[in-house]
Amino acid sequence: MTSIPYGRQPGPGTAELTRSLRKSSPRIGERVVEGLLFLAALLSVLTTIGILVALLGGTLEFFREIPFADFLFGTTWTPLFANGSFGVLPILSATLLITGIAIVVAAPLGLGAALYLSEYAGQRSRKVLKPVPEVLAGIPTVVYDFFAISFVTPSVLRPLLGEANVGIFNALSAGLVIGILIIPIIASLSEDALSAVPQAMRDGALALGATRTKVARKVVLPAALSGVIASFVLALSRGIGETMVVVIAAGSIAQLTLDPREPMQTMTAFIAQAALGDQPVGSLGYNTLFAVGTLLFLVTLLVNVVSIRLVRRFREVYE
Amino acid sequence: MTAQTGLQPDVRAPNKGLGRASSAERVTGRLFEVLLFACLGFGLLVLVVLLSDVIRDGLPRFNLDLVRNMPSTRPLRAGIQSAMMGTIWVIVTVAVITLPLGIAAAVYLEEYADKTRWYNRLIELNIQNLAAVPSVVYGILGLAFFARGPLDLGGSVLTIALTLSLLVLPIVIISCREAIRAIPTSIREGSLALGATRLQTVRRQILPNAIPGTATGSILALSRAIGEAAPVLLVAGGLIFITSNPSDLLSQATVLPIQIFNYVGRPQDEFRTVAAAAIMILLLILLLMNAAAILIRNKYQRKW
Repeated sequence: MTSIPYGRQPGPGTAELTRSLRKSSPRIGERVVEGLLFLAALLSVLTTIGILVALLGGTLEFFREIPFADFLFGTTWTPLFANGSFGVLPILSATLLITGIAIVVAAPLGLGAALYLSEYAGQRSRKVLKPVPEVLAGIPTVVYDFFAISFVTPSVLRPLLGEANVGIFNALSAGLVIGILIIPIIASLSEDALSAVPQAMRDGALALGATRTKVARKVVLPAALSGVIASFVLALSRGIGETMVVVIAAGSIAQLTLDPREPMQTMTAFIAQAALGDQPVGSLGYNTLFAVGTLLFLVTLLVNVVSIRLVRRFREVYE
Repeated sequence: MTAQTGLQPDVRAPNKGLGRASSAERVTGRLFEVLLFACLGFGLLVLVVLLSDVIRDGLPRFNLDLVRNMPSTRPLRAGIQSAMMGTIWVIVTVAVITLPLGIAAAVYLEEYADKTRWYNRLIELNIQNLAAVPSVVYGILGLAFFARGPLDLGGSVLTIALTLSLLVLPIVIISCREAIRAIPTSIREGSLALGATRLQTVRRQILPNAIPGTATGSILALSRAIGEAAPVLLVAGGLIFITSNPSDLLSQATVLPIQIFNYVGRPQDEFRTVAAAAIMILLLILLLMNAAAILIRNKYQRKW
């Protein structure tokens, strides 16, 4: 570690030596600055506490009015209507469906790009190609929303699947575009994992007569599996939390369906819609926003915990 | 293209020489490589299609009137001036808030924190976890505490800036820590051995040497804040038009991504053109910031 144990461990020195090395003055200023720096670091913990308090406050209010079972198992979601229904399944399933489409698109493409960069690309082409996913990652998500509406649906999906079959707003376009959005996460994290596989393993396999394809598929990929899976799961959690792409492109109509050509509303899209509607503080609509926020937070937390478990399980340690 | 890899010497030569790979294997191997390259090529293709789509749609409105006019419900007169000024106000405020805090936290964690203490480990773990929280959740935090609730600042510059600051702070801290970590321990030891105190070491050795890395990381974090829309949508709304530039931290404001979102969501095609032109401005700003970050990195980065 880089932090130096400045005199924290006395070591083998004699008592006399220790005394001669003792600070000549108390240096209160030093301690004060250290305290201030610590407070700055502590702010991150306060942020987490703030998030939890903000989410829990509204959520508890919400469940005082709506029974827990109605929320979790109900199949109709019309919370902003008078006498609305509060069954969260339509928006939960829409989130999972759209994220599912995204991961199906992004996992092979991202992993393929990572394998190419780590196993095939030469020094020079690496230098040119590596920024491509990074540039994709730097584009604001609202631009992807525009891309879904102005290009993916009218120029790709509707000609391909038929005008009558795909609406202007549909879950498929949002899923595909979120897929594009998370390719860079998978590509860059997987590439890190693949590049970390010791060169000796490749050399050994090649010396035994394996082809490069075999080295990539049978040696490097299995060795880097934990990192690759972690990249998938991280991309999944990013997809679940994505808001701007789904808020317009997916159509924002909460319905319980598995047909991706239909418009849908995800949890994040609902949060955005509720906020846009300017709900009065303390109203049921306002509290619903926090309840859905808590569910979103829990789902992403669950995904992250699963990712840590998976990584531990598949980790191969090389030294 | 010829594949030159880190595998030295060229790995295909022995295969050929030993005759281990049959011609069928060589063909499938080649196909596999092409397939992998296609995955990367797909990313490039998307990038090209996306940019050309935006430019084709936005070019007719990409002129000075766009930045001179205020947002309007009449598409031909609609501009983005207040959103651009809002973005500038918000980003400067975010920089003022996050840079000192982020650098301070990074210095503490790298130079002072005793990693065997539970509270220091908690802070580390917490920063990593915060980076994985969906951005819309920060919006909920901002809504509950800054926009409404205790501070009750409404959709002001300060509300947006505070919310985005909390969002990018973990990113700033992580990149500053990397910059500090890149400084070799010998610099610290040398400084301490010459009688400098810890604080003097930090001020005269660590911070000056960490400036390029910190600047690069901070610019990238700020460009993330410029493009974020979801949390701003929650704290400041997205449907109303703000037709005046912010004059202080408490004035109502909107930012570029929100104005783009607003125009994208309108049914008339003319608004789509304005949205595309505004996207061009947004991408141009981000491009300039990234170029600046790369320039700083290449010019000032030291190899120890």
